[in-house]
Amino acid sequence: MSVQQVSVFVENKPGTLSDLMKLLKSADVNMRALSLAETQNFGIVRLIVDDVVSCTDVLKRNDYVSSLTPVIIVAIPDVVGSLSDLLTVLQDAGINIEYMYAIPGKKNVDDAFMIFRISDEDKAEKVLTAHGYHSISQDEVATL
Amino acid sequence: MGTDREVNPLERYFQKEIETASRDEIVAMQNTKLVKQVQHVWDNVPYYRKKMEAKGVTPADIRSIEDIRKLPTLSKQDLRDSYPYGLLGMPLKDCVRIHSTSGTTGKRVVAFYTQHDIDLWTDCTARAIVAAGGTNEDVCQIAYGYGLFTGGAGLDGGSHKVGCLTIPASSGNTERQIMFIQDLQATILCCTPSYAAYIAETMKEKGMGPDDIPLKAGIFGAEAWSEEMRQSIQETMGIKAYDIYGLTELSGPGVSFECSEQAGMHINEDHFLAEIIDPDTGEPMPDGQYGELVFTSLDKEAYPLLRYRTRDICSITREKCSCGRTFAKMTKPKGRSDDMLIIRGVNVFPSQIETVLLKLGYPANYQIIVDRVNNTDTLDVHVEMTPEMFTDDVVVIGNRKKELVSALKDMLGLKAVVTLVAPKSITRSNGKAVRVIDNRKI
Repeated sequence: MSVQQVSVFVENKPGTLSDLMKLLKSADVNMRALSLAETQNFGIVRLIVDDVVSCTDVLKRNDYVSSLTPVIIVAIPDVVGSLSDLLTVLQDAGINIEYMYAIPGKKNVDDAFMIFRISDEDKAEKVLTAHGYHSISQDEVATL
Repeated sequence: MGTDREVNPLERYFQKEIETASRDEIVAMQNTKLVKQVQHVWDNVPYYRKKMEAKGVTPADIRSIEDIRKLPTLSKQDLRDSYPYGLLGMPLKDCVRIHSTSGTTGKRVVAFYTQHDIDLWTDCTARAIVAAGGTNEDVCQIAYGYGLFTGGAGLDGGSHKVGCLTIPASSGNTERQIMFIQDLQATILCCTPSYAAYIAETMKEKGMGPDDIPLKAGIFGAEAWSEEMRQSIQETMGIKAYDIYGLTELSGPGVSFECSEQAGMHINEDHFLAEIIDPDTGEPMPDGQYGELVFTSLDKEAYPLLRYRTRDICSITREKCSCGRTFAKMTKPKGRSDDMLIIRGVNVFPSQIETVLLKLGYPANYQIIVDRVNNTDTLDVHVEMTPEMFTDDVVVIGNRKKELVSALKDMLGLKAVVTLVAPKSITRSNGKAVRVIDNRKI
């Protein structure tokens, strides 16, 4: 079960991230996770948000270029070595990860969450389920 | 004279008699008008008279258009030096209007018009509208800027003469442009090609296709544009896009215009005498060869320029055209030598960069920034990111960028730095995109 990540094009110059955040604030969009891929003159802001529709809508109306990218969010215990175990499972299955980032665990919550961009997501889902991992659905994102 | 070709029976003309006159008739008319015009300038424009005297020429030496080369040329610098009244050919009480250039490359040029001058100018734009298929049944939306710029007023006058329902939308407010096109059933759109591309792009974003708008033709001019850009606008809007050429110095748009053939622009030779010269030696060039376009205004009263060097590089043909018009045709200018940049000793026209961008699927929204760092010229090309070109994969975007850099190098022989910028971040003034920023202090 993949989740839609919002990928946004931004110029690599002062103020672009601040402007983007102000815009999301104005649309009352809450973020669960954020990662930034940067190059010399542009960047891609990757967002996991509670409300994908409001987010893409406000971006479009304000002339941002964005796209939706399916990612897999997996719950892992917030203990030493759990990410290593998870990656071993993917490695053994020959699954390549394009990029990943994390939602750290919160107080009083046992799990942390890893966000993966994997080209062959169907295969990854099967392997993870077979090993007892739980991947988060779009509806669950808002409750994280 | 080329081989006879069949004339398109559906072709319409605004002033058929003169637009399809024989070459002999055209030349005879030009001879008469030139002799009269030289006398008018001699009598009324001391600035030019002094230039003639310096060359030892008097009106008596000019008997036909064959003698045109005896006359001195005028450059843009002459127009600036004589600002504002130095080239005025009529008392101000007889003038009814001025227009002015945008002045991006120096001091503005102010051109004056009598009512007669406006009439002949709007005849020219009316010819362009009819050549693009316009009739009094059409709704003509004019999205050129109105004001000092000649675009709005020029096409507006022509549209009235043809009897189109004229929408004086002026440039900007793209949402409203699209709303009028749809609600008022506009069939002809007149604006700069960069603004047309922008309207087309906005339509596409809104999910609108050619079938959603009633437009059938566009008349786009006032800046250089490539054949690729024409194809792209034609496809997105589902129209035929016609080029129109002109300069404020000579009146404005309508000095020449495209017909149904869409291959070269017919020069309104009853009002403008064209020459092609070698830009370095000033020697005339034969038909079909590229050189600098020089215009003599044959019957304008208030701002009667003789042998004005346009700095535009193009060629002229007098072969018969399938539209039946006999006026000579000029090619789309390769570029205005004003627009030409010399970067690290290499001549670069913005239109070359545009061609590469469109071929690789980028939009025609770009900006060229030239600077000099440690005595070396730098060339930066800013290109707006589009939804079609965007992907979440940094590597894919990076590779596309590399491909663009390499295609630019093939075209220009120069390495350019490509920067992808946010959509709609490149400024437009008066609907004219600001294509070139030259920060070199030379």
